[in-house]
Amino acid sequence: MEKTISLSSKGAVEGKVGSSTAVRNMSVKGSNRSKSFAEVFMSGVFTVCGFAAVAAVIAITVYMLISGVPAIFKVGIAEMLFGTEWAPTAAEPSFGIAYIILTSVLGTAAAIVIGVPVGLLTAVFMSEVASKNVARVVKPAVELLAGIPSIVYGLLGLLLINPLMGNLERTIFANSKTHVMNGGANLISAVLVLAIMILPTVINSSETALRAVPMHMRQASLALGATPTQTIFKVTIPAAKSGIITAIVLGIGRAVGEAMAIVLVSGNTVNVPLPFNSVRFLTTGIVSEMGYASGLHRQALFTIGLVLFAFIMIINIIINKILKDGGSNER
Amino acid sequence: MKKTIQFMVSAVLAMTMLAGCGSAPATEGEGGEPATGTAASSSSDDVITMSGSTSMEKLCNTLKEEYMNETGVEIDVQFTGSGAGIQAVSEGTVDIGNASRALKDEEKAQGLVENIVALDGIGIVVDKANTVTDITKDDLAKVYKGEIKNWSELGGSDSPIVVIGREAGSGTRGAFEEILGVEDACVYAQEINSTGAVMAKVASTPGAIGYVSLDVIDDTVSTLKVEGVEATAENIKNGTYAIQRPFVMATKGEISEQSQTVQNFFNYIDGEKGQEIITKIGLVTTK
Repeated sequence: MEKTISLSSKGAVEGKVGSSTAVRNMSVKGSNRSKSFAEVFMSGVFTVCGFAAVAAVIAITVYMLISGVPAIFKVGIAEMLFGTEWAPTAAEPSFGIAYIILTSVLGTAAAIVIGVPVGLLTAVFMSEVASKNVARVVKPAVELLAGIPSIVYGLLGLLLINPLMGNLERTIFANSKTHVMNGGANLISAVLVLAIMILPTVINSSETALRAVPMHMRQASLALGATPTQTIFKVTIPAAKSGIITAIVLGIGRAVGEAMAIVLVSGNTVNVPLPFNSVRFLTTGIVSEMGYASGLHRQALFTIGLVLFAFIMIINIIINKILKDGGSNER
Repeated sequence: MKKTIQFMVSAVLAMTMLAGCGSAPATEGEGGEPATGTAASSSSDDVITMSGSTSMEKLCNTLKEEYMNETGVEIDVQFTGSGAGIQAVSEGTVDIGNASRALKDEEKAQGLVENIVALDGIGIVVDKANTVTDITKDDLAKVYKGEIKNWSELGGSDSPIVVIGREAGSGTRGAFEEILGVEDACVYAQEINSTGAVMAKVASTPGAIGYVSLDVIDDTVSTLKVEGVEATAENIKNGTYAIQRPFVMATKGEISEQSQTVQNFFNYIDGEKGQEIITKIGLVTTK
């Protein structure tokens, strides 16, 4: 094995040096025949590795369908997707996940509404406004934010945001007869945590997009008398539009799929997604109940997974479409 | 020619990879190689198989380890939930079915015998600042059904009650709701998926109330008396503390009808060493 690697790496070096067949076939060690075996062997390795990801995607898709579909048939698709009561262990179990889906959609949307403006403006700051030295401080901070494990965000939410929300809740709902007090574990807490979590995704992608805007466009705008701020909002950001939209969609993907951070802060009971209600997301629903679920309950959790999978698929298709359209626009 | 070789090499590699993947699940499915010794059949002489309650994980794993050290007999234990454990033992796929609840009549009718090996108390915990020290079973049920919403109704300060519980499917939740008769009627503010997290939430949320296994209670929270009875081992054993559940190791037929290996195991649990283990991990012995 070792020999093969050394041979093939030599082959690669030579390949770089000269592309003509004569040079490529001249090997320091080993004959022409062993050389070409190494090439063939390695390209076989590459092919197999390349298909590993494809195989994984196919396996996951098939597995999700096999394990998620039975519950749909047993419960009924309408009852499941539009039912509002989730009581999987009751004597007469019900598996309505409408509120769970709605929470994921609303929660993600709210996180985007908060996170994207902040993220986009941070990206503008880093690429357009900040001096090199300041950017040198901000960029690693953003990158660090991206590397922090999601559970840590959750812990911070638990320690900082939840108590804050708890106090707010006690003030607002002091005389409410119907509100179920949850000590601050509510939709807002989850949204805030999500909004912070998607920041690095949004910042990094949109900063790359902004930096890719050719300098002459900015210069032209400034030369025509526009102020720097006008240039940013009227020229640079519109020019980087497709990249920024990709950033937003990536952010949506991250927010929809996040589980560990929000399971700690969202309260995790199935409720209408109102700001101060304790809510359950698609992801947290799976995380919190998978441990002990059995039978139809377990299958229903897989169906939730399937719904989540469908969401992610849709988001990916949107990204691909944007990237394709963006590419053709530039040409 | 080159393409053909390339394709063949990749095909061979792919097959090797697949073969590598394939062997793992196969091992699992067939119930393990001799090396792992996890025979699925219950007839094996030197292995005891059990499955069931996740609440009994600590008990089973400690017993398994100590028993293995002492006798060399292997115990293969799976934590699939009380219901699944009972089903497995009634189908004869395991020797012992673990359940963290009393057996139902229809389960006993299938010939299962309820061997209570230990008792587990469920403690009612509130945050440290709470002034309420005692609660009746009825009031507790009302709190969890959302009929009592403020601690002032229970003689405490004017502070809303934050009702914290476990997720659907949890053994503790099942036991708690069953003991109180509030199945499917609870209005939870938060559903949390581990005992430790319930403790943390209760400790950090003003006005919170939660339920946890007795053995995890520490001084980060206050424990309420129920009907004036403190949640202690003696009170659980003598039956005065209301919120308790049995840990059952169900067998198909009486213990005396089991294989010698299984009988020895039950003798071990009943013996000095077994009882010591039960106490050590925070459970209450039946004697």
